[in-house]
Amino acid sequence: MSPSHTGELTFSTVKPRVGLQAALDKGRAGIVAEVSGSGLKGRGGAGFPTGVKWNLAAATVADEKFVVCNADEGEPGTFKDRVILNRFADLVFEGMIIAGYAIGAQKGILYLRGEYSYLRKDLEKTLERMRTEGMLGERVLGRDDVSFDIEIFIGSGAYVCGEETALIESLEGQRGEPRNRPPFPVNTGYKGRPTVVNNVETLAWIPSIMARGADWFSSLGTDKSKGLKLFSVSGDVERPGVYEFPWGLTIADLMREVGGENAKAVQVGGASGYIVPARDFERHIAFEDVPTGGAVIVFGPHRDMLQVVSNFMEFFVGESCGQCTPCREGNVKLLEGLRLLEEGRCSTRQMRELCALGETMQQASKCGLGQSSPNAFLSIVKHYGDEIMGRTDVIV
Amino acid sequence: MTDKPILDDTSRAPVSQRGYVIEKSGMDDAIGGKVTINIDGKDIKIPLGTTILEAARSLGIRIPTLCYHEDLCVAGVCRICVVEVEGQRTLQAACGYPVTAPITVKTHTRRVRQARRHILDLMLSKHYGECYACFRNNNCELQTLAKEYGVDFFRFGHPEKPLYAVDRSSPSVIRDMNKCILCRRCVRTCIDLQEVGVLEGHGRGADVEIQTFMNKPLGEVICINCGQCINRCPTGALRANDPTDEVWAAIDNPDKHVVIQTAPSPRAAIGENFGLEPGTALTFELNTALRRCGFDRVFDTNFSADLTIIEEGTELLLRLYKALVEKDASIALPQFTSCSPGWVKFLEHFYPEYVPNLSSAKSPQQMFGALIKTYYAELNKIDPKDIVTVALMPCSAKKFECNRPEMCDSGYKDVDYGLTTRELAQMISETGIFLPDMPRSDFDDPFGTATGSGVIFGATGGVMEAALRSVYELVSGERIENIFEHADIIPVRGFQGVKYVELTLDKIGPVPDLLKPLVPNWDWLKGATVKLGVAHGTANAKRVMDDIKAGGKFSECHFIEFMACPGGCLGGGGQPIPTSPSIREARAKAIYAEDSVYEIRKSHENPAVLKVYNEFLREGPCGHKSHKLLHTSYIERGKYIS
Amino acid sequence: MLVTEQDRLRDDILAWGDAGGGSREALIPLLQRVQQKYGEISDFAMQVIADVLSIHPVEVQSVISFYHFLDLSARGKFIIRLCRTISCDIAGKDRLARQLENDLGISFGETTNDGMFTLEWANCIGMCDQGPAMLINEKVFTRVTPELVHNVLQACRASFGNIGLEGKEEL
Repeated sequence: MSPSHTGELTFSTVKPRVGLQAALDKGRAGIVAEVSGSGLKGRGGAGFPTGVKWNLAAATVADEKFVVCNADEGEPGTFKDRVILNRFADLVFEGMIIAGYAIGAQKGILYLRGEYSYLRKDLEKTLERMRTEGMLGERVLGRDDVSFDIEIFIGSGAYVCGEETALIESLEGQRGEPRNRPPFPVNTGYKGRPTVVNNVETLAWIPSIMARGADWFSSLGTDKSKGLKLFSVSGDVERPGVYEFPWGLTIADLMREVGGENAKAVQVGGASGYIVPARDFERHIAFEDVPTGGAVIVFGPHRDMLQVVSNFMEFFVGESCGQCTPCREGNVKLLEGLRLLEEGRCSTRQMRELCALGETMQQASKCGLGQSSPNAFLSIVKHYGDEIMGRTDVIV
Repeated sequence: MTDKPILDDTSRAPVSQRGYVIEKSGMDDAIGGKVTINIDGKDIKIPLGTTILEAARSLGIRIPTLCYHEDLCVAGVCRICVVEVEGQRTLQAACGYPVTAPITVKTHTRRVRQARRHILDLMLSKHYGECYACFRNNNCELQTLAKEYGVDFFRFGHPEKPLYAVDRSSPSVIRDMNKCILCRRCVRTCIDLQEVGVLEGHGRGADVEIQTFMNKPLGEVICINCGQCINRCPTGALRANDPTDEVWAAIDNPDKHVVIQTAPSPRAAIGENFGLEPGTALTFELNTALRRCGFDRVFDTNFSADLTIIEEGTELLLRLYKALVEKDASIALPQFTSCSPGWVKFLEHFYPEYVPNLSSAKSPQQMFGALIKTYYAELNKIDPKDIVTVALMPCSAKKFECNRPEMCDSGYKDVDYGLTTRELAQMISETGIFLPDMPRSDFDDPFGTATGSGVIFGATGGVMEAALRSVYELVSGERIENIFEHADIIPVRGFQGVKYVELTLDKIGPVPDLLKPLVPNWDWLKGATVKLGVAHGTANAKRVMDDIKAGGKFSECHFIEFMACPGGCLGGGGQPIPTSPSIREARAKAIYAEDSVYEIRKSHENPAVLKVYNEFLREGPCGHKSHKLLHTSYIERGKYIS
Repeated sequence: MLVTEQDRLRDDILAWGDAGGGSREALIPLLQRVQQKYGEISDFAMQVIADVLSIHPVEVQSVISFYHFLDLSARGKFIIRLCRTISCDIAGKDRLARQLENDLGISFGETTNDGMFTLEWANCIGMCDQGPAMLINEKVFTRVTPELVHNVLQACRASFGNIGLEGKEEL
């Protein structure tokens, strides 16, 4: 196995238990205030403010609450959580303990995707170590009022389980089919109890924020996108790997860092994100401009964008849960359209109809999967119409 | 008689397709409130947690639905009900959006209309079949919506060939997955509403389909044939196994003597097939129509319902006598009713160890069949091999029941064909008859007389009420009217899932002639408290059975009425489509109204029944001949299949 | 006493189901254990599982059919899952796929006659920076080239009967 170009990450400068200790000292309200003040937003891609989520869960009265770490990192082009779990699992677990204390939960579950089950042994070891060190179990860090433990649940191969309500269904022994929202998991989650579901990276940042304060974090990034962010860079670049930057850098900046200066386009946000052509590389990676859960896939000058989008659509056809009509049938229709384009036999009218269908899918699908699966199709039509229409180089 | 608290009536947490039903009353108390929302410019004040769909309906605004069904938990999967909620980036499913804040909703903007049209086009791209060759033609929710949204071409194509073979393996239910639009109403019906668990989504993405266990034919899996899935399917993907061709052939054959018996529930519902409001009984109009269709005799199933009460009631008294007086520990109590073939099969599969508790008395349909091919044949000097017995039933499981190999005690197949309400309505239409316009006429002799007790078999609690009317009078020698005004035993009526009642027998009378060969006196029943239970819908039946297994209060019952279908027979799987709580209530009203006008309302007073005991079943109820013809046995099927 | 495979399976499921509290939440871990030990989840196993968890067999089947890593039919001792998603696609997964088919003599979705290998596609396995990548059981292989295929398969054959393949990514 050859090394990745993963650079130095802030996480490696954070000492174990410092963040947890600082958090317990702040008390419940203090933690939520600090997280809210930091401006931390969910790092899985949706970007919901973490402080708000915790506050809602904390405010809900229930006999039992849960913290779930979403380690079902399935978005094509994303692998930062794998690196975090490999090297900084203790930070993630500390983040879960802090979240648990803040909302009043005593149980945490790490939902680890089946594809990462090889990480389980080490993660279990880390948990065991934290138990012997008094960071997990009864009386966390000697505090009578804090008890928390974590178990690991291994997924069984389903991209859609990255959607938080599908993940909860899966934990409950069901098909990973997203639920209707509202109610949201912070009110009615795992076993019908208030549940905070946070991404691995989101939780991993918590100890740093606790130790260094909200101001440190919120001073980084942009107005609406605070702090540092991990990016998973892959594709036609010289140095693929995980990189850490403050939010707001331009795509051009990023390309220089990773050796992708001559890229024709990048896909930001994984298969469910958007294609950004080279002429737009001055745009900023941030929630307010080009949002992403961290995936940046780079396409070199000779890459056939039609094949790229076909690959994405094949992915969605296979990964749609199949419960709602627009996503189940719509992805198939878009893929059929791409096949027509590949054969050079798609009329403009057909293409427009498919674009309208794409809009319907974005509007009417039940969950984020179907709402974002047409993005790549729509952006390729928008930016690469000339490249994909009237093709004569029939692909078999 | 006292009302006792019943079992916890909450149904099992729904499984797949879980919508999250918000406890509306609970929220009212918790948040104390109502909220005003605006839909299409109209304000409405609603309790928090009301869905947009419910609010819109109460304003008279139509939002189309497909996967939504009043009887089922919300799925929110078809997405046809999407609406715009101001401030939300995406469209929201009106059926699955509980309102918790003041919002502004628009139900038919350009975005909404485009989305609905696309959703329909997508469904049609996978829906194989021609409307005019479908039993749901003109009563299909997909077809209706296609018309409403002006579908005039298949935007995303249309299948030219069937993708699935039609599954005709079950005697009751036919599945044609080519017409399935994956709304999963059948799944929710089977798993959540009935807790039988035949159907579930299989696979994922575009490969999702509704399957039975290991995709086995329906006839080979643990299906109870209740047909509730048929009543809730929005398209023609599920239908009953239809024998109308065979029935017509029998009618057309001059050598065959074709008799039909009609059950009370279809008579209270068949008008719906002719455009009448639910709750209009057409019993006597139907008699005329059936004769015009060519049936040689038209009989009333109520006659054999009365017979069932006598046989089943006698069986109960005998069981009690053996258990209480003779201290025979092998007697199984409580006794369970056995007239619902869906319930019988449910028990045979899921609680086989309780098969001895089932009353051995056949259902009214089967008793009638056995008598027609013996007593009636003798009386009229017709060779029973030339008689064809048809039963009009509200039920798809009756088709299975009449095909059970045990049901040939007359020496022939006791009942040849079971017709559902829908199928008979179809036959009547074929003759050009508009049923509501028919003149009224009576049933044929010798079974012409029936009682109100037979009629109420159609509603949940009806068998219990009929049994109580007779058993009380036979034992006490007093009139039931002395303790229940008009003989209406209200505590056992109504759609509560599970009911429990107690009746103390303060007085005892002489043993009536009919029962003299069986018991010497009633002294042993003096002061006894009879404990009774009623459950409808197999989910409720399951709760009662689990209570019995756990030694709960239902284990101390003496007699329990079980009906497989929600509401009892009037909600049967052979009834007109659609079904809903209000439709079932209207049918129940029609049934109780019919009961109240009968001159004779107690089974043991039915002169035709007494005549049969005098002339034919001379050893009386539960005698040798009745045992041969009117009683049967059951099978311990279990729930494992190979 | 004669103990049949079915008895053993039933005892295992009863024990594992009890350990999981007998509630529906125990379903997926239970399926994973049955599959790991028995190589498949048979019709009979599904019915026992349904019985233990008080659900219906069709629900068990439904869950299995939803997840890529749970199988209704028997699979090879080694399940090769080659990533087909974009970054591995760009990195040359097609040629790797062809070589795997050539060396195993089967197509994707099939199992070798000796029951040793099953070849399947996987959607993004999170090794996008090191593609083309594949999982063999729980071990991950990155930057695999057609030339390396033979060695990888040999290593599997050699390890069979010893430890199975478990491993961890080295960074």
